[in-house]
Amino acid sequence: MKLKTILLTSGAIAGAAVAFADGHAPMADSMTLVSWGGAYQASQTNAYSDPYKAMHEGLEVVWDESSAEAVAKLRAMNEAGNVTWDLVDVVASDAIRLCDEGLAMEIDADELLAAAPDGTPASEDFGDLLVSDCFIPQIVYSTTAGYRTDLVGDTPPTSICAFFDTEAYPGKRSLEKRPINNMEWALLCDGVAKDDVYDVLETEEGQAQAFAKLDTIKDDVIWWSAGADTPQLLADGEVVMGTTYNGRLFSLIVEQDQPVDMLWDAQVFDLDGWIIPAGLPEERLNRVKDFVKFATDTQRLADQSKYISYGPARASSAPLVAQHATLGIDMAPHMPTDPANATNTFLYNYEWWADYRDDLDAKFQAWLAQ
Amino acid sequence: MSDATDTGPVLAADGTPLKRSLARALRAQKMRALALIAPLLIFVLLTFIAPIADMLFRSVENQIVSETLPKTVVALKDWDAKTGEAPPEAVYAALAADLQVAVAAKEHTKVGIRLNYQKTGVSSLFRKSGRQVKKWDLAADAPFKEKFLDVDEDWADVELWQIIQTYSSKYTSGYFLNSVDMELGPDGIRPVDENLAIYNLLFKRTIFMSLAIMGSCVLLGYPIAFLLANLPLRTSNLLMILVLLPFWTSLLVRTSAWKVLLQQQGVINDILVWIGLVADNDRLVMINNQFGTIVAMTHILLPFMILPLYSVMKTIPPTYVRAAKSLGATNWTAFWRVYFPQSVPGIGAGCILVFILAIGYYITPELVGGTDGTFISNRIAYHISRSGNWGLGAALGTILLAAVLILYWVYDKIVGIDNVSLG
Repeated sequence: MKLKTILLTSGAIAGAAVAFADGHAPMADSMTLVSWGGAYQASQTNAYSDPYKAMHEGLEVVWDESSAEAVAKLRAMNEAGNVTWDLVDVVASDAIRLCDEGLAMEIDADELLAAAPDGTPASEDFGDLLVSDCFIPQIVYSTTAGYRTDLVGDTPPTSICAFFDTEAYPGKRSLEKRPINNMEWALLCDGVAKDDVYDVLETEEGQAQAFAKLDTIKDDVIWWSAGADTPQLLADGEVVMGTTYNGRLFSLIVEQDQPVDMLWDAQVFDLDGWIIPAGLPEERLNRVKDFVKFATDTQRLADQSKYISYGPARASSAPLVAQHATLGIDMAPHMPTDPANATNTFLYNYEWWADYRDDLDAKFQAWLAQ
Repeated sequence: MSDATDTGPVLAADGTPLKRSLARALRAQKMRALALIAPLLIFVLLTFIAPIADMLFRSVENQIVSETLPKTVVALKDWDAKTGEAPPEAVYAALAADLQVAVAAKEHTKVGIRLNYQKTGVSSLFRKSGRQVKKWDLAADAPFKEKFLDVDEDWADVELWQIIQTYSSKYTSGYFLNSVDMELGPDGIRPVDENLAIYNLLFKRTIFMSLAIMGSCVLLGYPIAFLLANLPLRTSNLLMILVLLPFWTSLLVRTSAWKVLLQQQGVINDILVWIGLVADNDRLVMINNQFGTIVAMTHILLPFMILPLYSVMKTIPPTYVRAAKSLGATNWTAFWRVYFPQSVPGIGAGCILVFILAIGYYITPELVGGTDGTFISNRIAYHISRSGNWGLGAALGTILLAAVLILYWVYDKIVGIDNVSLG
């Protein structure tokens, strides 16, 4: 079946793929992977690149911690005509943008990626998470909240709206210094129904409503721009509650044993995955394709969740999620996708934010500066 | 030379006029000197000046619209936005032709991103339309106006066409206008909506805070430099190391240290609560605001004030002050009338260094600035590395560069750059 798919595709790529299937395609003996650094990159090294290196002797893998500036740097590399990256880890919205700008290579999921063990083609296994023609999903993460268990009294918060309730939960809270998520939560807590949030946010009045709601807590907010800020602020007791990525809170709560608890309510799902830069020379492209096929197969994605509490993007990986590699605890209850955690969730609306990001960000920054 | 009364040109030993011979020798010397610095000069030009010039050029460059939609731009020339009606069929036909080419080259989404800076929604409009236009037959499928409106009724929006028309020229002042909270409207330049205005505020704040940081550096640095210059060598060397030690420590470490000190659960607040000056539930907010930025940056930039001051003070002979005192001056008069004027070049050098470094500072305001302690450079960084709006980032950067050059010029006029001594 695999060979059939390969033969059906046309052009040079097919030629290269067939040659590769025969094991004759020349492959570069080094590759540069770009990621976010920290625990997340470590989980990728452990689950993907170390096993791959063990299979391919002499292969050199270089990591570059530039994912936060991937769009700008790839654009600059592209203009300079010297793309030094082979595979780049980006969030889905950046992948969409890179694809729009022609900086990422369009892929055919079924051809490039391995099928599930039961034969389900990759495009079905990943399903809706293939949000762009260039995007190879890896994990589902969420931007969610945590709170200090010792600073909230006898009634721990159960709703995201606790952020806007400074009477019941006095003290500072930390929110991300950008409109995305905060505007949605403000509207949700101002009585807008979940399904109407983006319709309301499209209008001037809706935006004013969201800003008015955020105004009520403006003086109580510490704005963060790096994912590590909130865990630090929570650990120091600077804030009673704060938002960040769920994996960061997991490590704060489980690995560092701080008096903090998760507030999963209205968590916002987002995706992170790979893109292949456009215009790679053939040898490097062959190497990257080979690596990506390996690194995004069902077992490898499940393996990653041994090291960090992000949900694998393949449906077929979910049953394989096991225990933490060193702590030996079950990882499933810590996944954002776990049914107990995902009672009230929100999915980042990529298309909508691609349009409104420039405008709302300018408004948000102006609002902050006032 | 021997005959002073000779009216002819003075000759050199080889018989050529001395003037020419001298000029030749000088020219050769200059060429030699130039050849010596040539590698560095070329290196600086290629790796420093050229990229900066290229980046600054982006602040006016706007070729993407006319290059991607050439036919549309021409067809749109005669359309008058003031009629309030959508453009005629010819424009839509031209757009269909342009988009087909652009979709094949995957350029249509780039134009969408560019125009989305001006009007929200254009990005997805181009992406969405590109998918449909691809399938159209240019010869048989006319008229296109209805087809475009079927894809999205925004194509009938006069404002959209107006923006395409306004931004169809190869070069635009749009980015510069945006960076001073103005925009290109249908009737010329107008201020942006109040809820979007931010850059004027940020420019003013950047200048004000840089001046505040510079001022506090002078106040703190002057006595220290004075002490360093006047203590016995052994003690002053020890003090010098204390000045230089933080200078050699990573910027991030020092900024984070200020966080630990200043935050509400931090060392200073803890001490204040412990001695009872501040109530536990009413701790001082000293970070994530302007105060935090000024404190942290003053600390970080202090060596840049102390070192030039010190090197100037070192050269002031102590005999002058002694002479003043022996002539009856009080301590203060001797200092103010004799010592201080001689240390002014050091103050000038320190101020220029600190101010210019402060005005372009990025990382410290980002970490401890909160909302009212951030600089214009934080927005520049945002546009370069996050939003991708390099044109606006370049325009903001150009203005900042120009502001520094103007201030430098003003300083030269008032104080005189010859009076600056870096040691």
